[in-house]
Parts: sequence; C-alpha cells; structure tokens
Amino acid sequence: MGLFFFYYLAGVIILTALLVVALRNPIYSVLSLLIMFFHVAGLYVTLHAEFLAAVQVIVYAGAILVLYLFVVMLLNVKREDRYHPQLPIGAFLGLVIVTEVLLLAFQRRESDVPPMPPPGSVAQVVGNTETIGDVLYTTYLFPFEVASLILLVAMIGAIVLAKRDLFEQQ
Amino acid sequence: MAIPLSYYVILSAIVFITGVVGVLIRRNIIIILLSVELMLNATNINFVAYSYYFQNIAGQVFVFFALTVAAAEVAVGLAIIIALYRSRSSINVDEFQLLKW
Repeated sequence: MGLFFFYYLAGVIILTALLVVALRNPIYSVLSLLIMFFHVAGLYVTLHAEFLAAVQVIVYAGAILVLYLFVVMLLNVKREDRYHPQLPIGAFLGLVIVTEVLLLAFQRRESDVPPMPPPGSVAQVVGNTETIGDVLYTTYLFPFEVASLILLVAMIGAIVLAKRDLFEQQ
Repeated sequence: MAIPLSYYVILSAIVFITGVVGVLIRRNIIIILLSVELMLNATNINFVAYSYYFQNIAGQVFVFFALTVAAAEVAVGLAIIIALYRSRSSINVDEFQLLKW
C-alpha cells in the first residue's frame, strides 16, 4: 500500500516536472509546478514530515507560485515557439547524467541499503511540529535569526529593484 | 512493505536533472527560475527522506531554511525580471548579453 502511494506520487512528480520544462506556455508551466508541489507535500506526509507538508502547501503553492503567476500575467509574454539553440547540448548532458544515475542505482545490492528504522521512534513521540519548533528555537536559533535577516534583505532588494524611479523623484 | 531509501534518491535525482536541463534549454527567464525551483524541491525531497531514515530532525529543519532562501530568491528574481522587462521589453535570455565577454 505504501509502495503504491509512493509510485503514484513519484510518477506524478516526475511527469509534472517534465511538463514544467517542456510546455511552451509559461502559465501552463506554473500550473504544472503547482500540481507537483501538492504531490511533493503528499510525499512529505508519507515520510511523517507533516509540518513541512503544510508549509510546502502554504508557502510554495500559496505564496511563491502566486507571485510567479502575477509576474507571468503582468508581463503578458507571448508563447515562445522554440527552445534555446543549445538544446542538443543540454539534452545530451541530461541523458549522460540520467544514464549515470540509473547505472549507479542498479549496481547497488539490497544489503547496501540502510535498514528501515523501527516505527514510532524519537521524532514521533511528541509530534512532528513540536519537535521541529523545539529544535528550531534551541539548537538552530542563530540560523533562524539569519533567515529572518535574509528575508528582510530580499524584501528591501525587491522593492528597490522593481520600483521605477526610486532615485529620480527627489 | 517499506520503501527503500534509494527510491527517494532516484526520484530526487530525476527531478534535479529535469531542472538542470530546463535551465540549459529554455529561453524564457521565468521558466529558468521555475527550473531552479524544481532543483530546490529535489534537494528537499532528499533531505526529508534521509531525515526519516536516520530519525534525525535536522534534515527537516534544513528544508525549512531552504524554503526561506527559496522565497527570498523568488522575490529578488522576479523583481529583476520586471526591471529587465522594463528596460528591454523582453524576457528572452538571448537578448541579455551585457555581461558576456
């Protein structure tokens, strides 16, 4: 049953990822990425990362993709009819890496794979969100503050870049 | 039946390669940024899978930070795209060669 869910989620994720790259119309690409984000959130739920699944839906699907859609519709781009001229090189590189990954994957023996952990161990006793909050505000307190600084800088940078005559009005 | 860890690694590798190829073959800057999002999500899948298999919450915290950086990257990237579109009325990467040697 778990394997069936994994195959479904993985199949949809790979299919929509390919569609994001292949589709000509940017709006269809963004919507296909939306479907992919929801299925990645489903994958997180099967991996017992419920907090990250919720954050994935809220932040990625709710905020980031809406921003993309705004820009796509604001710029009103015509659909492009051809790919970049370096398509053969890119496709060749992609094929090489895919073959390499598949070779590595099928070379592995089953004994090399780390064993499944026993169910219901440490992280599951108090719940996923409580554990993450506890760790985030004790062990990772400094990176957490730095992340807030990054967001502040990004906000100021976005305003400065996107505003038309910030320095010419004075 | 338990799912082997290698399945998750293969899945994330395929999604990551899709993102790399997308960056290489598309000419629309918005699609290139979307491909970067694909790559970030592939690494996040990897982090969460390893976090589950090693029963260590640090991987999920790292995904949280990666998400923050992705949000910042999208805000700045889209602002740059809007500024570029104002100056050139195009978001085609072939037409931005100012930094080319």
